[in-house]
Amino acid sequence: MNLNATIIGQSIAFFVFVWFCMKYVWPPITAILEERQKKIADGLEAAERAQRDLNLAQNKAAEELREAKKQGAELIELANKRANQIIDEAKDKAREEGQRLIAGAKAEIDMELQRAKEALRSQVAAIAVAGAEKILESSIDQAANEELVKKLASEL
Amino acid sequence: MANSSETAQTATEYVQHHLGFLTFGQRADGTWGFAHSVEEAGAMGFWAINVDSMMISLLLGVLFLGLFRFCIKRATTGKPGGLQNFLEIIVEMVQTNVKNSFYAKNDLIGPLALTIFCWIFLMNTMDLIPVDWIPLLAQTVAGDPHLYFKAVPTTDLNITLGFAVSVFFLIIFYSIKIKGLGGFLGEFAFHPFGKWALPLNLLLELPGFLAKPVSLALRLYGNFFAGEVIFLVIALVGVWQLPLHFGWAVFHILVVTLQAYLFMMLTIVYLNQAHTHH
Repeated sequence: MNLNATIIGQSIAFFVFVWFCMKYVWPPITAILEERQKKIADGLEAAERAQRDLNLAQNKAAEELREAKKQGAELIELANKRANQIIDEAKDKAREEGQRLIAGAKAEIDMELQRAKEALRSQVAAIAVAGAEKILESSIDQAANEELVKKLASEL
Repeated sequence: MANSSETAQTATEYVQHHLGFLTFGQRADGTWGFAHSVEEAGAMGFWAINVDSMMISLLLGVLFLGLFRFCIKRATTGKPGGLQNFLEIIVEMVQTNVKNSFYAKNDLIGPLALTIFCWIFLMNTMDLIPVDWIPLLAQTVAGDPHLYFKAVPTTDLNITLGFAVSVFFLIIFYSIKIKGLGGFLGEFAFHPFGKWALPLNLLLELPGFLAKPVSLALRLYGNFFAGEVIFLVIALVGVWQLPLHFGWAVFHILVVTLQAYLFMMLTIVYLNQAHTHH
């Protein structure tokens, strides 16, 4: 085995290659590795954040649903109340109307009755006068009789 | 494979030929050129270069950087494709190891560790390719059937020493930069027994320090040189080499990765020591 200038050649080549590697190989490749590490870290973080947001949104949705159900129930209750109210009002109105109608009818009946009584009364007076005339057969003083008949008629 | 073309070649010659390098340097007659034998290559002394190791080493280095650049150009921070995913796994592995073993702040360590791991891994992987293929290709291209060509750069002590010496240089550089020259030398002189035992301290600390690059280089070289020799011996046993080669190669997948990882980890640890005060 001979030692010769190959040692020097190899040493020079070594330093040149190490220099090249240091200048053009190592920095870009480590930069790529670091960037990818950062990317992955960012991605994981984003995923975590999304998961958190999702949970938040789900909670919120459940809350809203509960709220909506409550509101719906309230509305239904309100509507029921209002419906009962309306029915009650309508009943009252109908009752009033009926009473009013009844009252009207009664007044009319009274009036008719009065009118019938009046007619009857005058007719009875006439009949009484005619009857009295027939009974007496005599022509008594028209004026005195008139007074009598009127008195008779008012007593009827 | 051994006796396919050169029936006259003995097993020893075969192995020896495969362990020779394509060395370029000054020959005995004063001319410059490729060595024609292992002896001639040795005679060229220090100022010669193993063209095969260097060439494969550079090719694999360029392949490593090119692959990463290619991938970065079309990289995405979204869902990564197959290649990007694979390269990112490697980078993340390196990053994790640097983070766990290197406590100071230094932008060089990451790319340094990545380069060491990938480059050495690729070099080591070359030994999974059957031992004759690449030399045969080189011989065909060069038109010389006796051409020496070694395909696995980490079986060349020069290459592993190149790595180790560079790392050693970085250790010294950062030690002095962080602790100052005095602080750096003081670690050898005044530890572990205080200043009155200075010679003893030097005797204890210096060998340990100098052993760092040597052990780095020899561990890697030894593993792959030995592995290569076993592959060569397996290549000599005729048709039985197929299951044997398979078994040894599977085992070597482990060694390939482990040694690349070990070299990277030790570099990180040594440089961390350079950055911290004892």
